[in-house]
Amino acid sequence: MTEILSIEHLNVGLKKEPARLLVKDSSFKLSAGKTTCIVGESGSGKSLTALTIMGLLSNQLVASGHVFFNGVDLTTIDNKAMRKIRGAQIGMIFQEPMTSLNPVLTVGFQIGEVLTAHKGLKGDALKSKIATLLTQVGIPAERANSYPDELSGGQRQRVMVAMSIACEPALLIADEPTTALDVTVQAQILTLLDELKSRMKMAMLFITHDFGVVSDIADDVIVMFKGEIVEAGSKKQVLGNPQHPYTKALLDCVPDVAGKKVLKPIDYAWLKTNEVPV
Amino acid sequence: MQDASIILEARHLVKQYKQRSGSFGFGQTTINALDDVSINLKKGSTLAVVGESGSGKSTLARCLLQLHPFDSGEVLFQGQSLAKLDSKALRKARKNLQMVFQDPFASLNPRMRVGDIVAEGLLVHGLGNTNERLQKVQQMLERVGLHADDVKKYPHQFSGGQRQRIGIARALVLEPEVVVCDEPVSALDVSVQAQILLLLKTLQKEMKLSYIFITHDLRVVRHVADEMVVMNKGKIVEQGDVNTIYQSPQQSYTKDLLKAIPGQK
Repeated sequence: MTEILSIEHLNVGLKKEPARLLVKDSSFKLSAGKTTCIVGESGSGKSLTALTIMGLLSNQLVASGHVFFNGVDLTTIDNKAMRKIRGAQIGMIFQEPMTSLNPVLTVGFQIGEVLTAHKGLKGDALKSKIATLLTQVGIPAERANSYPDELSGGQRQRVMVAMSIACEPALLIADEPTTALDVTVQAQILTLLDELKSRMKMAMLFITHDFGVVSDIADDVIVMFKGEIVEAGSKKQVLGNPQHPYTKALLDCVPDVAGKKVLKPIDYAWLKTNEVPV
Repeated sequence: MQDASIILEARHLVKQYKQRSGSFGFGQTTINALDDVSINLKKGSTLAVVGESGSGKSTLARCLLQLHPFDSGEVLFQGQSLAKLDSKALRKARKNLQMVFQDPFASLNPRMRVGDIVAEGLLVHGLGNTNERLQKVQQMLERVGLHADDVKKYPHQFSGGQRQRIGIARALVLEPEVVVCDEPVSALDVSVQAQILLLLKTLQKEMKLSYIFITHDLRVVRHVADEMVVMNKGKIVEQGDVNTIYQSPQQSYTKDLLKAIPGQK
């Protein structure tokens, strides 16, 4: 299995308050053809981790540590070099398909922008590539001339997927890509992402707070709490036999389809007094 | 009314939205938001309304509370048709019909103190004097897991889960009979979601509340509801006991919805 991304001792903190870390000493690896899910509550640092990889951190924040992507340390390269990687070798899908597309440009144009910028495609070659991409994500090719408001939420997210895979990236980061969608549409998008990942042999970093989604799509799982990775391992290991008390507590909050489980909110005070490393 | 245990009933509700369409908006399309919808809510029980976006579930919630006018049909609360009441009598009835909203960030006025937000209903209905109201608000806040001192704070000082607790306190301070919860936990983390679901359940027992629970999360439904209604494109596709529907859904739409729940592979 080829290793695509390796994060070593990543810290993200506020510029003004360097002592307060939002991501603490985080290390993990991603390999080609595998899906790794990061789960955690809001504020656990899962989105910040993704933004750091993409080099999209707000300038109020500072990161330290190493992000090796195909052997290159992304934290040391300049903006120009980063721009070549971002969108081409690392693709990203955001949560809100409604707001991440430009409403005044056709979806075909928006997919084309990526291809022109990174591959220099023009004219007919560009048109046919856009058509292929749209068909790949399950949208009729003539939809290239539609504006985002003419598409449903699920179709917009498919367009986002088409944009992110346009340059056949080695790594795809999906930040809660199905949270805003209905369950039936969510199931379709998850299947699509899984197929594309296998076919293109991408590494996928999938951020979610939904354990149902994790159990459907993940190979490996990383659990984050207050900026720290508290547990990481294979899906079977983390969901089936969780070791960390926080993972156990979080799993106890998830309602099951059978309705048999007794829901138990997390006892943060207990976690604190029992000196759980958080 | 034949059955005294039914507290809220909707009969043949119809609501259509007209939309301009065509190249210059000369055409008109009609959207059936509610198409002959009838439901019964038994006292002390929870009725879940599920469906995808655009299925009409939120429109149903608003029509039940007379927040939206509907085209035809009627809503009966304790056997009395709400549409026939004049505005004064309707306001009185509203004391017993409260709502908890989806977005805990948008549904609280950022310029009002929590104490005033929760007390507003009491004030409108002319219940108690200033001191009595304050006392009641403080008791309610403690009951939903907040502090009595929180009356002086503003909404932005609270987390999403705490804000949802404020929203619940605001609805329950009037001691209503029926509470319509429109996606009360869908904006929250699972850990907070579990807290709020348990809180709603406890309060239901203590205050003998009846809930209409609107949601798109079929995992939540099984944990909170006794009966459920499945909606699609403004129509009720299937309704009945929650366990029966989960074990043997009759309609293909319900089957598809249940199959799409993540985490069953």
